[in-house]
Amino acid sequence: MGTRRYVLRKLVQAFITLVAILIFNFFLFRVWSPGDPVSFLTRGQGANISPQERQALIEEYGLDESTWVQFREYMEDTFTLKLGASSFYQGEPVMDVFLRNLWPTLLLVGISTLLSTIIGIWAGIRSGWRRGSAFDRTSMIGSLVLYSMPEFWLGMLLLLFFSSTLGWFPVGGRISINASELSGVGYVVDVANHMFLPLLTLTLAYVGQFYLVMRSSLLDVLGEDYITTARAKGVPERRVLNHHAVRNALLPTVTLVALSFGYVIGGAITVEVVFSYQGLGLLTYTAIIAKDYWLLQGLFLFFTLAVIVFNLFADFTYAYLDPRVREA
Amino acid sequence: MQTPPLHVGAETPIEPLEEEDLQAPAPPGGPRRIRWTRRRKALHRFWREFRKDTMGMVGLAILVFFLGVAIFAIFADTSGTKITEATGEPLQPPSWDYPFGTDNYGRSVLTLTIQGAKVSLLVGLTATVITMIIGATIGIAAGYRGGGTDSVLMRVTDWGLVIPWLVLAISLASIFGQSLLIIILVIGLTTWPSTARLVRSQVLSVKERAYIERSRALGASDWYLVTRHVLPNVMPVIMANTVLIVAIAILSETALSFLGLGDPFSISWGQILQQANDAGASTLGAWWWVGAPGVCIVLVVLAFTMIGFALDEIINPKIRER
Repeated sequence: MGTRRYVLRKLVQAFITLVAILIFNFFLFRVWSPGDPVSFLTRGQGANISPQERQALIEEYGLDESTWVQFREYMEDTFTLKLGASSFYQGEPVMDVFLRNLWPTLLLVGISTLLSTIIGIWAGIRSGWRRGSAFDRTSMIGSLVLYSMPEFWLGMLLLLFFSSTLGWFPVGGRISINASELSGVGYVVDVANHMFLPLLTLTLAYVGQFYLVMRSSLLDVLGEDYITTARAKGVPERRVLNHHAVRNALLPTVTLVALSFGYVIGGAITVEVVFSYQGLGLLTYTAIIAKDYWLLQGLFLFFTLAVIVFNLFADFTYAYLDPRVREA
Repeated sequence: MQTPPLHVGAETPIEPLEEEDLQAPAPPGGPRRIRWTRRRKALHRFWREFRKDTMGMVGLAILVFFLGVAIFAIFADTSGTKITEATGEPLQPPSWDYPFGTDNYGRSVLTLTIQGAKVSLLVGLTATVITMIIGATIGIAAGYRGGGTDSVLMRVTDWGLVIPWLVLAISLASIFGQSLLIIILVIGLTTWPSTARLVRSQVLSVKERAYIERSRALGASDWYLVTRHVLPNVMPVIMANTVLIVAIAILSETALSFLGLGDPFSISWGQILQQANDAGASTLGAWWWVGAPGVCIVLVVLAFTMIGFALDEIINPKIRER
């Protein structure tokens, strides 16, 4: 009963957020942006085209219409998943460009988030449980340093060391040029070989903060009265940790993982640039450099949507872990 | 022993009498004088606590060093930073003349890194001021007013938290152009939501305290309550958060510059790394070019983070008990 209402409320909230983001996106890219909209479409070459071409572009994109009409068309474009045409990719629908680059990023961000969460939580538990131990001190310093590092700089260092000095991994790209000749297994190995360093970079970059939150949240919980009670009634230490402490300490960590997902996406953008890894991040970089605003707008929408969905997922996980949330 | 929380600059709540309090009679002069004496004492006590924290002191030392470098950079000779005025051979590893080596144009990486300190710190600090003003205002307004204002402001804050910041910053920076001011504004406008949340939760707990009610009963206006009672009590938390935000702001500047969205005419650490990456410094094995600005970023961010953690520990006695 309570669960159903909770899920429904969260869904409605996510929907309202989505609508707000859509409106914001429209205003940001088409109303507030200074300068000539035609130069947007022609990537800053607005002055070099003839007045006829200019007029044609304005009519094609409906730039002479009122803001309201433009907004309606924008909404139609969005809900029919066309998202306009990319000027850099010669008018190819943004959606197509986008889908082509989706899976590499999905793979990269998905696996690295999973790994950094698991490692961070594991290390955080170990550290918090044995506070002041050698493991605690080393991992504390290590994660503070990792936390302070720009992701892309870490990537540049790993590239410098593992690719150019040791020559273990390719210096960039997503697959080898001759990848189409490779057989099934060879292809997978090739992809994994290219993905290893970006994956390592993103995992290391985010493991620090998950560790720090898990550790401090466990320390918080260990100070609670019910832990003392559990110990007083003779519950074995292992069980106190696993059944009483960790379960409660996981809650803030779930929230953090969800909230930091937006940062992971940001990290993926810069890391993909370092490794020339052709995914949505490198596509974003291309859109910036080429001043392809329609592509950028589509990417903005997608990344935001991804974070909304991820947060929704975290909310449900949270409710599953903590019944109190559902009842409230 | 449990020590009471510190309230820097606040109308101090009941605190245990210290020896000096017992000896000295009430300080002469009006309430203003008393207030300032108390504030000075609180500051002293705060510094005593802070000095004991090794992590915080190390952070402070690193920070002071880089502030010195940045001030030095303002007066230093910048002629070697232009591509056309490069003095050395391209891509030289560190040597006596070029302690951090040279880049692909033959410019001294040391000179570039020193100049970079100026912009990176400037952007980090000013963007933080904007973040703090927006975050604190929204947090206090939401927490103090409550009701409808609170719901609306928190909804907006939630949106701010949901939008992936780098993507938003990229969009803003590429639409509004590339200059230092835009970068500062963009960072300020994208990092306030977490601060607003934090301040709000703090205001909610301060609001319920008895002296607020007492003051209100005596006829204090909202403005008076907020500026004289709420703000001073929320201030310590704001301060600790500020320090952490500076770290985030510096990292943000680095990422934006790395993506080519920084001011092309001012050297920052992120911009040096962008040029290094564009030139394939990692592949060329130019570790000095990649290393120098990166180590500086890590040290400065680490310094702010360590100071922030130390402040947090002093302000929040619950952490200290652990």
